[in-house]
Amino acid sequence: MIEIDGLSVRFGRTEAVKAISFSVAQGESFGIVGESGSGKSTVLRALSGLNPDWTGRMSVDGQALTRRRSKDFYRRVQMVFQDPYGSLHPRQTVDRLLSEPLLVHRMDNVERRIMRGLNEVALPTSIRFRYPHQLSGGQRQRVAIARALMAEPQVLLLDEPTSALDVSVQAEVLNLLSDLQQAHGLTYILVSHNLAVVAHLCGRIGVMQSGELVELLSADDLRAGRTRHPHTAALRELSIELEEPETA
Amino acid sequence: MLVEIQNLRIRFPTATDHSDAVRNVSLTLGQEKLGIVGESGSGKSLTARSILRLLPSNAVVSADRLAFDGIDVMRADEMVLRRIRGARAGLILQDPKFSLNPVMTAGAQIAEAWRVHRGGGRKLAMRAAIDLLAQVQIRDPQHVAQAYPHELSGGMGQRVMIAMMLAPDPELLIADEPTSALDATVQAEILRLIEDLVSRRGMGLILISHDLPLVSHFCDRVAVMYAGRVVEELAAADLTRARHPYTRGLLECLPTLSHQKRRLAVMQRDPSWLEP
Amino acid sequence: MSGVLSREWLLSETPASRAQAAWVRRYRGWLQFRANGLAMVGLVTVAIMIVASLAAPLLALQDPTAQDLAGRLAPPSAAHWFGTDELGRDIYSRILYGGRVTLGMVVAVVLLVAPVGLAVGSVAGYLGGLADRVLMRVTDVFLAFPRLVLALAFVAALRPGISSAVIAIALTAWPPYARLARADTLTVRNSDFIAAVRLAGAGSFRIILRHIVPLCLSSVIVRVTLDMSGIILTAAALGFLGMGAQPPMPEWGTMIASSRAFILDQWWVPTIPGLAIFVASLAFNLLGDGMRDVLDPRQR
Repeated sequence: MIEIDGLSVRFGRTEAVKAISFSVAQGESFGIVGESGSGKSTVLRALSGLNPDWTGRMSVDGQALTRRRSKDFYRRVQMVFQDPYGSLHPRQTVDRLLSEPLLVHRMDNVERRIMRGLNEVALPTSIRFRYPHQLSGGQRQRVAIARALMAEPQVLLLDEPTSALDVSVQAEVLNLLSDLQQAHGLTYILVSHNLAVVAHLCGRIGVMQSGELVELLSADDLRAGRTRHPHTAALRELSIELEEPETA
Repeated sequence: MLVEIQNLRIRFPTATDHSDAVRNVSLTLGQEKLGIVGESGSGKSLTARSILRLLPSNAVVSADRLAFDGIDVMRADEMVLRRIRGARAGLILQDPKFSLNPVMTAGAQIAEAWRVHRGGGRKLAMRAAIDLLAQVQIRDPQHVAQAYPHELSGGMGQRVMIAMMLAPDPELLIADEPTSALDATVQAEILRLIEDLVSRRGMGLILISHDLPLVSHFCDRVAVMYAGRVVEELAAADLTRARHPYTRGLLECLPTLSHQKRRLAVMQRDPSWLEP
Repeated sequence: MSGVLSREWLLSETPASRAQAAWVRRYRGWLQFRANGLAMVGLVTVAIMIVASLAAPLLALQDPTAQDLAGRLAPPSAAHWFGTDELGRDIYSRILYGGRVTLGMVVAVVLLVAPVGLAVGSVAGYLGGLADRVLMRVTDVFLAFPRLVLALAFVAALRPGISSAVIAIALTAWPPYARLARADTLTVRNSDFIAAVRLAGAGSFRIILRHIVPLCLSSVIVRVTLDMSGIILTAAALGFLGMGAQPPMPEWGTMIASSRAFILDQWWVPTIPGLAIFVASLAFNLLGDGMRDVLDPRQR
């Protein structure tokens, strides 16, 4: 579904992403982990079309991506951002936020699609005309997910979708994301610094460190500790140490 | 006792009525490390900040007792409070980007904090600042002292913030989500540093966080807050034996690396949790 | 939808349709505006002034241009409520008719300036690069001239009169709006919510018009209300220099300018139009403040 070959991204003189390659199959979840500054979000922004300063080859569904993307591309690939406070326009109601993709792509049945969209992310229809500041963090992230699904995409790019949420809300959103993937056969690329979250949702994981993809491994290998690169091992060890409550 | 809170209540007036943000919270703290854990809106920050009386101006506070080292904070005037804030109790906030002055070097800010509380000349204060930077395990304190906040990474900024709080040699440190803006590795380093400093200097620590397992590694005791109340308080080592369904829910809904969960447990909130 | 315009329907927490949601939003906005006492004072004053100007032929005591040289510079009396000016014309009538000219000019200038400034600023801020540099240099060129001098040059090149004055003032007044809109645009253009709209596939034009401009509006409204008195004064200066409203047409600024010699002995002659300008500016200001609060849903 997604092929990335030798992708590099530069910001001025610094190379944020250094010739990385990976591919993601249809219906698969691929995770990218790394620390801030490792370039993991930059990969996502280049793929989504938000950052045009990249070199290399990228293709989605067999079609090579150019610097400028067609409207059709934006129907097939959508993104969910980290901060649900920042990714929703502060002066637009949920209704307006959800109808925007429909208007842009001239889709019909706006009324029905919005109701179905809210229903799909388990939001009550009573919040349809609320503003983002009247919603909780979890509700906001659900609205953002509903908006991404409005144009019925095949690929969802998830940039730290749960790291701004409380742990109980994180569980609900992660469950929602796996349900939606099953229901629509979506392909996910999930970027996070939280190994447990990535391993929970994704079958295959790429580990990034200062712009390079240092290791590609399966979630099972990561759990079992079958790592090859020391950075992966270090991230794994820390994550395991801190995720269990201390016992006497 | 360093901190005594009895029956603390914090309310905010709303258009029609008022909302209770903190309800009947009682906590005590000696020279130990206490973690306060809860979701956003559970009142954990308000509870900790009430000790310094650093609350929004429209908050209505009442308590049977709210004391810092025997000083009644409820009745203390601004002068007394100012001698506590910063001097005897330091506050570390989530994002050092917003807490540091962008047009002053890190060293100058720490030196200023030093001079405000301890007096002394510029040179002396700067030397003290560099010494403090070394204490927060910055490898090249001379260099970092000359740097402006935007030139520092998130972890480094938080270390500078901690150094600044240590300048007046406080007895209590309140850390309000000190690492949620940081990477996992840096997060662990900073928390270890705070734990180490607190233990070595014999200070009290209140660590506020939403991450229960994480907090348990760095605290002696954990208070779990839900909807403005402390629903459970227990020793960090006993966390696996937590009794309250909310505490257990917080632990069970986390995805873990060590063993796979097909589906994450979703917390079923029981209205009875809201009752005392 | 008959009989649905009840109070409960208008205050519903969960509107059933878009139309109802829009009405609820408007009604809530109105309730909030009404709760703001100063804003209501502004609204009522502006409304009274506009109605009075429009109804000038009904309310005026006499023709605003009728001269009575025998009764010149008369103090306020039952016959002449605000007294008479240096040519014996009734000041009350001239204020009423002058309101049409002055308020009309102000509204015309604002209607020209705000959209132009918003468009230039938000396009420059959003597109950046070459478009930004070209548009902002043009803005700087206009900003570089003293306002009155530029306006004078334009009127002189055109033909003295009210429409020329409006165009001239508009030409000199838009650059600050462009700067303001650009600054606001720069703060939001890299935000995630604009990125999200871009990823929805929306074009630049749509993003600017529907997503960025609404966010720039509130600061532009404040600026407009602060500018109102400045616009009136510029119009007066042009009139004084013979480039704006032509005598005997009544215009508040021109009325002050032509009578400033009498300020010590016949104080009411320049003071009455001065008060009119003051009240108008203040009222617009209060109104603008109230509107800004209502336009921002986060404050509700």
